[in-house]
Amino acid sequence: MRTPTGLKYAKTDEWIKVEGDEAKLGISDYAQDQLSDVVYVEFMVDVDDHVSKGDAVATVESVKAASDVIFPASGTIVAINEDLADAPEMLNSEPYEGGWMVKMVLDDPSDLDEMLEAEEYEAYNEEREG
Amino acid sequence: MTEATIYELSQPGRRGFKFPQLDVPLSAVPEEFAREEIHLPELSEQDVIRHFTNLSQLNYAIDSGFYPLGSCTMKYNPKINEVLARLPGFANTHPLQPIVSVQGNLYLMYQLQQWLQEISGFHRVSLSPAAGAHGEFVGALIIKKYHQVNQDTKRVKILIPDSAHGTNPATSSMSGFEVIALPSDARGNVDLEALKAECDDTLAGLMLTNPNTLGLFEENVVEVIQLVHNAGGLVYGDGANLNALLGMMRPGDVGFDIMHFNLHKTFSTPHGGGGPGSGPVGVSKALAEFLPSPIVTIIEEGNDDIPPFFGFYYPEQSIGRMKAFYGHFGVHIRAYTYIAMQGPEGLRDIAEKAVLNANYLMTKVKQDYYLPYDRSCMHEFVVEGVWDEIPDVHALDICKRLMDYGFHPPTNYFPLIVHEALMIEPTETESKQTLDAFAKAMAAIAKEAREDPTLLTKAPYTTPIGRCDEVKAARDLVLCCYIPE
Amino acid sequence: MFTPHTPQEIDEMLKVIGVDKIEDLFQSVPEKRRFPKLDIPAALTEMEVAAELNEIASANASTDDFISFLGAGAYDHYIPAAVDMLLRRGEFYTAYTPYQPEISQGTLQSIFEFQSLMTELTGMDVSNASHYDGATAAAEAANMAYHIFRGKRKKVLVSRAVNPQYRETIRAYMQGQEDVLVIGDEEESSFAEDTQKLIDKIDQDTAVVIVQYPDFFGRIIDYTKLVNIAHEFGALVTFIFNPTALGLLKPPGAFDADIAVGDGQPLGIPLSYGGPYLGIFTTKEKYIRKLAGRLVGETVDEKGNRAFVLTLTAREQHIRREKSTSNICSNQGLMALAATIYLSLLGKNGFKQVANLCYQKAHYAAEQIANLEGYDLAFKDTPFFHEFVIKTSKPVDQINLHLQNHWILGGYDLSQAYPELDHHILIAVTEKISKEDIDDFVAALEEVAHD
Repeated sequence: MRTPTGLKYAKTDEWIKVEGDEAKLGISDYAQDQLSDVVYVEFMVDVDDHVSKGDAVATVESVKAASDVIFPASGTIVAINEDLADAPEMLNSEPYEGGWMVKMVLDDPSDLDEMLEAEEYEAYNEEREG
Repeated sequence: MTEATIYELSQPGRRGFKFPQLDVPLSAVPEEFAREEIHLPELSEQDVIRHFTNLSQLNYAIDSGFYPLGSCTMKYNPKINEVLARLPGFANTHPLQPIVSVQGNLYLMYQLQQWLQEISGFHRVSLSPAAGAHGEFVGALIIKKYHQVNQDTKRVKILIPDSAHGTNPATSSMSGFEVIALPSDARGNVDLEALKAECDDTLAGLMLTNPNTLGLFEENVVEVIQLVHNAGGLVYGDGANLNALLGMMRPGDVGFDIMHFNLHKTFSTPHGGGGPGSGPVGVSKALAEFLPSPIVTIIEEGNDDIPPFFGFYYPEQSIGRMKAFYGHFGVHIRAYTYIAMQGPEGLRDIAEKAVLNANYLMTKVKQDYYLPYDRSCMHEFVVEGVWDEIPDVHALDICKRLMDYGFHPPTNYFPLIVHEALMIEPTETESKQTLDAFAKAMAAIAKEAREDPTLLTKAPYTTPIGRCDEVKAARDLVLCCYIPE
Repeated sequence: MFTPHTPQEIDEMLKVIGVDKIEDLFQSVPEKRRFPKLDIPAALTEMEVAAELNEIASANASTDDFISFLGAGAYDHYIPAAVDMLLRRGEFYTAYTPYQPEISQGTLQSIFEFQSLMTELTGMDVSNASHYDGATAAAEAANMAYHIFRGKRKKVLVSRAVNPQYRETIRAYMQGQEDVLVIGDEEESSFAEDTQKLIDKIDQDTAVVIVQYPDFFGRIIDYTKLVNIAHEFGALVTFIFNPTALGLLKPPGAFDADIAVGDGQPLGIPLSYGGPYLGIFTTKEKYIRKLAGRLVGETVDEKGNRAFVLTLTAREQHIRREKSTSNICSNQGLMALAATIYLSLLGKNGFKQVANLCYQKAHYAAEQIANLEGYDLAFKDTPFFHEFVIKTSKPVDQINLHLQNHWILGGYDLSQAYPELDHHILIAVTEKISKEDIDDFVAALEEVAHD
């Protein structure tokens, strides 16, 4: 299970990577493994929407489940990964790279302080498995 | 083994069914509306008969074998039901005929309403909902309207046990309620403390399945209902598991306010490969005026010489009309016939034998499969389809392997609160021999799992097709036949 | 009655379980509620129940006894013998929902074929495996539109020329969403400019406009302008169609409808006093994920054989639970099979033929009746399919009573649902009606006018 450092993780399995002014968001390797083969991603937001922490980003559908991806921080959407429409399986194969979901400008970068570092998230996963 | 599609069998120019020639002068069809072409198949009657006959033989059905699907009550469908539902005097009546010309239909529906009321202890029944989920929707809307009429607008919460069928929370959402899941305790009952915590003035109601989806009778049912009532809420009963209660207990007697029936489960009407069902709803006296319209009633009482005159009435505070016409009349006829052939003793016998069969099978099956709630069950029970020491084998694999033994698998992955759940409901129409054969197969499969797990993970081997690529089905969506130009 | 247990078997089973008697298994039922006395009649044998039901059925008069001109949402069409023969096969009607594809290919493939036929019929992209009936399908269309806009658009605009029972059902369904308004049909109308008046009501808050084609009065209306304007405002358009009509007329897809729903009862399903019927639900590809109900898709098995499975199940209630857009579980599987068999038997030519027969006979009847004194065609310049409205000089109930004495079922008295249409009767003509039947009908109508 990959858990790259330099990213922040939520207990609800989203990750955020700060890149300059923007923050990129996606789901973790652990999450995609739980879902198994993703067949569809339905975004609940559009570019320029303002979202609050706790709002739904998207619903990710696999053959056996449909899970909601939640915003761990508030901000404004600047980009949505259109590639996921044709290739939802990228969430499985590249959850941290080509499988990014949205880019946003955060309202308050300190929202991220509540999130977990890579090692903390790994430990949390081990706890869940046990 | 695959069968061609109707489009693949089609031959341009082949003519099957014909109507008589036109016997009136021709009127032109306005060109702006005339259809250019319609691509329907061109087949002979024998093509059609062979095609669908061959397709039917790829199916497993109750008529071919045992179907222990928990929560579905796959009991034997009596053939007399099929014959009587097809009587032309029923089948050829138009729903808008003057009521004086359909007194037979109205009499039958009225009697069925009365019998369902008597069986369940409810004050009034509407036969109109088309299926269980439809009946649930009716129930949720009745709860909503009841509180609205009482101007109790704070009541937005519906409580639903975590073991509930997915239609329960889906229905509640559709009705504009907030869904709160209630955990189950170690004995499989609704957790009373969790329930008490939610009993306040924001509580609209509780949806309860009894027996629940673990096949267990809710041991605190009276207290649970009282708690909700004391908080001003209503209790909705999901009647999917009524088979265990026929002649045993009437839900209305213990305080349920509303309940839906599944005629296609409890009352032997066929499942049809996915419907049609029928989901009548029964309510207490306080809720009678909220039922969906219309309901059959006696317009003029009869006497010794003249039968009563039946018609429709539209309850004053009805939630409205939930579908066209009066419900699935064709299904009502079947349920009527069934109840008429059971009588009070027969109904009680159904519950007794359903529960007997389930406990017998449970006693045998739990020897090889973990039973998380080890107490006397009602008409169904749930085991785990997994063994800690055999990580490669899951409930799904056991199900697939059962097909090679000639059985339809039980319900799997439901209820959600049991890990790798296998929900088994034998029903009362199965013989001891069938149950023994099934238990034997389950034991054999458990043995195979220990000795050669791949036998399960690659099963089934003897069915018309093998395991399907469901990911491909969802990713490369093909929802229609290819139609050659 | 159908429990096979012998006394000896019961004893053996009780021993295995470890209880003395069956009653011991019901200890958890509250004692004072256990084993209630049920006041229902004693059991009848099969022979007795058959006699009873025959007697009940004989208290009815049916379309076998009358010549029927009743339509208004349920139609008396001929059902080929092969349909019911196949429906009686236990492998079809006693099968369950096809959750285990390996042993349900019969059901799955026939649903797949149903979906194909429905998309072809309507000219839409995708069909689900069925809905309860036309009314609930229309209500689900409103529900679906509401969810597509995520609740941001609150208006459901419905034409008053839509079947009244369907409009009631839409309202009943949408009452769960408190902020939704179902409007557009409340005011009495002369039905002269009703489509334009509906168009005038479309705005940015409209989620969907719902029209019927042909409408409840049988009229064939060109909704091209309505669709264009609705789309300009970003609203969806739902057509409620009659399937037989689509054998002759341009389908909803050709008008760029977003959703097309209807009742498939005319496709090989008996009148059966109103049910079970068949809800047909079709839509554009882009709305597939919002589509309620089951979907069958094509795939392959491990050996590469073509196979059919239920797909996109993650949308459904058993997975999405409170987040699913609809709660539908059982649908109308066997009725969808009936429609599939019916259309396969009739095929391209048979289906075009039945549509044309209905159209032609209805037009002959309309002309003959309109020529009578005291009877006028209500919507003179509007084309119609197989139903039309006659304005009468005598009260409709008087006319219908007279007709009944001649063993004719007259049309539907429109004043029952439209106060502004007093003295108006809706007449339907199907392929089962012969020219002689129509002439008898006309003669009987003429008699009434002279009473």
